[in-house]
Amino acid sequence: MSTALLAVQTLNGLQLGVLLFLIAAGLTLVFGVMDFINLAHGAQYMLGAYFAVTAYGATQNFLLAIILALVGALAAGLALEVAIFRHLYGRDHLDQVLATFGVILFLNEAVRMIYGSTSLAMPMPEVLSGSIRLMPGLLYPVYRLVVIGAGIGVGLLLHVLVNHTRIGMLVRAGASNAPMVSALGVNIGRLFMIIFGIGAMLAGFAGAMVAPIFAVEPNMGDNLLILAFVVIVIGGIGSVRGAFIAALLVGLVDTLGRSFASDILRHMLSSSAANQAGPALASTLIYVLMAAVLFFKPAGLFPARA
Amino acid sequence: MQDIAASMPMTQVAPRDRSRLIVPVLLFATLALAPLLGLVGPDRYVLALFTRCVIFAIAALGLDLALGSGGLVSFGHAAFIGIGAYAAGILTASGIDDAFLLLFAALATSGFFALATGAISLKTRGVHFIMITLAFGQMAYFVANSLKAYGGDDGLTLANRSTIFGRDLLADHRVFFYVSLAMLLAVYLFARAVVRSRFGRVLRGAKENETRIAAIGFDPYPFRLVAFVISGMIAGLAGFLLAEQSEFVSPAFMTWQRSGDLIIMVMLGGMASLDGAILGALFVVLTEELLSGFTEHWRVIFGPFLVLVVLFARGGLLGLLTGRRHG
Repeated sequence: MSTALLAVQTLNGLQLGVLLFLIAAGLTLVFGVMDFINLAHGAQYMLGAYFAVTAYGATQNFLLAIILALVGALAAGLALEVAIFRHLYGRDHLDQVLATFGVILFLNEAVRMIYGSTSLAMPMPEVLSGSIRLMPGLLYPVYRLVVIGAGIGVGLLLHVLVNHTRIGMLVRAGASNAPMVSALGVNIGRLFMIIFGIGAMLAGFAGAMVAPIFAVEPNMGDNLLILAFVVIVIGGIGSVRGAFIAALLVGLVDTLGRSFASDILRHMLSSSAANQAGPALASTLIYVLMAAVLFFKPAGLFPARA
Repeated sequence: MQDIAASMPMTQVAPRDRSRLIVPVLLFATLALAPLLGLVGPDRYVLALFTRCVIFAIAALGLDLALGSGGLVSFGHAAFIGIGAYAAGILTASGIDDAFLLLFAALATSGFFALATGAISLKTRGVHFIMITLAFGQMAYFVANSLKAYGGDDGLTLANRSTIFGRDLLADHRVFFYVSLAMLLAVYLFARAVVRSRFGRVLRGAKENETRIAAIGFDPYPFRLVAFVISGMIAGLAGFLLAEQSEFVSPAFMTWQRSGDLIIMVMLGGMASLDGAILGALFVVLTEELLSGFTEHWRVIFGPFLVLVVLFARGGLLGLLTGRRHG
């Protein structure tokens, strides 16, 4: 494995990690504060991507498309919250799993009905479509760097919001003990709605940002949803900081594992055995990581609840 | 008196209540007579559809033991179906097609996987248990995907159905249906016995109140582990039958969405009632078939239906039918 390849794969890993963070941040807050398992969070990411593609088709303006996608994701998220999710907050986890699973079925199929099964693409803006030379022999697409930068930027913003504002204080308090926050006179219903709106926007933003580089298709959120769950379980439910670190960890482990597992195994096994076992090991690596974390630190690496 | 009886949880209903036999007797009678529909419609289609119903009813029964009685929300049960199916598929591909051997292999591998993953998963609680079973399910899914020698993500076509004492009795669709139905009945009676035994009472007690069960001297862990293994093996049996019926196995048998489907079946039917699991499986498979004949976008109807059931019918279908609330 050459240094250039390692560098490229590390950047790809970072990009996946950043994307996972955008999805996981909302999921972990909703989960941590409201004790609500939202399986439909991945579908909200998908909606963001479709909103972006649609808005771009209408306006031919990339920035405007992203902004409209954010607005659309927020509106869709709030609509879901008001119509369905708020009735499930006090319920059993099993009820939440079942109902939000129903929402996934509906959203995925509705998108398929409207846009068809074939994947759509959104052209990336001219300025960002080139590649940049990071070191000798290493060209990397500018847009992917922008995605990484935007993700880290949003992460910082969220950090400030959660740790240095009044609303962030309530969010943190809610993650550690929601009934107590409510007892102290905070309008918990409104707090829940705000958190849910932020989460929906973050997931929609992730979808919109990757629309030019990933295939925009129904079910695109399903696998990322599972990865996002892995992230928040490893990071500790309710912790944004934990989600950030775990997202980068999962992104890097998954990407580097897929690229180098066979190579590394070849040092230990015969070549054909390594080629057989490599892909299997690579794709299960993050689940092994998660099972190990849960086994040794059941509350995750950075638990929000004391 | 009636009010008190109605408000008592299902676990305390008197065992000699004859009216409770009506639902299972009706269910099994309906299933046994279902192939008669073949007289009016295309025979093989009807048989294949109801065989699928029966197979998923077995899997749902398995999940109901862990989920309904044990309170163990496994989000990875499709893996056991897949493992049972692959055990049958891989042996058939290597030239072994004795039904008893295949069945044994399916039960042994799924049981072993349940034992290994259950031993680890049961150290966690609540949401973490849901997530760790999901993780193990995903591992099984990706390992199946990487089995290049057995078709990888394309899956593996079985050359033939298995044989009983060297005779291909199972090749007949009608025979296969009734064999599957007999297995469902056997699993049902077994599960009923398990739930009503002392073992089952401890399991349900630990679900209701773990501290109390611990206080009277039971460690719930081994009970839960055994229940999880039994549950996984029953799902493995369903996987074996599924592989035999479709003469095909593929990683698609064990996607996390399939695990979700199983939970839907159990919850829709009514948890912890066994009858409900069968009813739920029948309902889901048949509704899917009916709606997909009506429109290819049947999920647009089925999704909101699930949401409505959760919001308004908390006892599941069985609760609606009998007026009781289970679980």
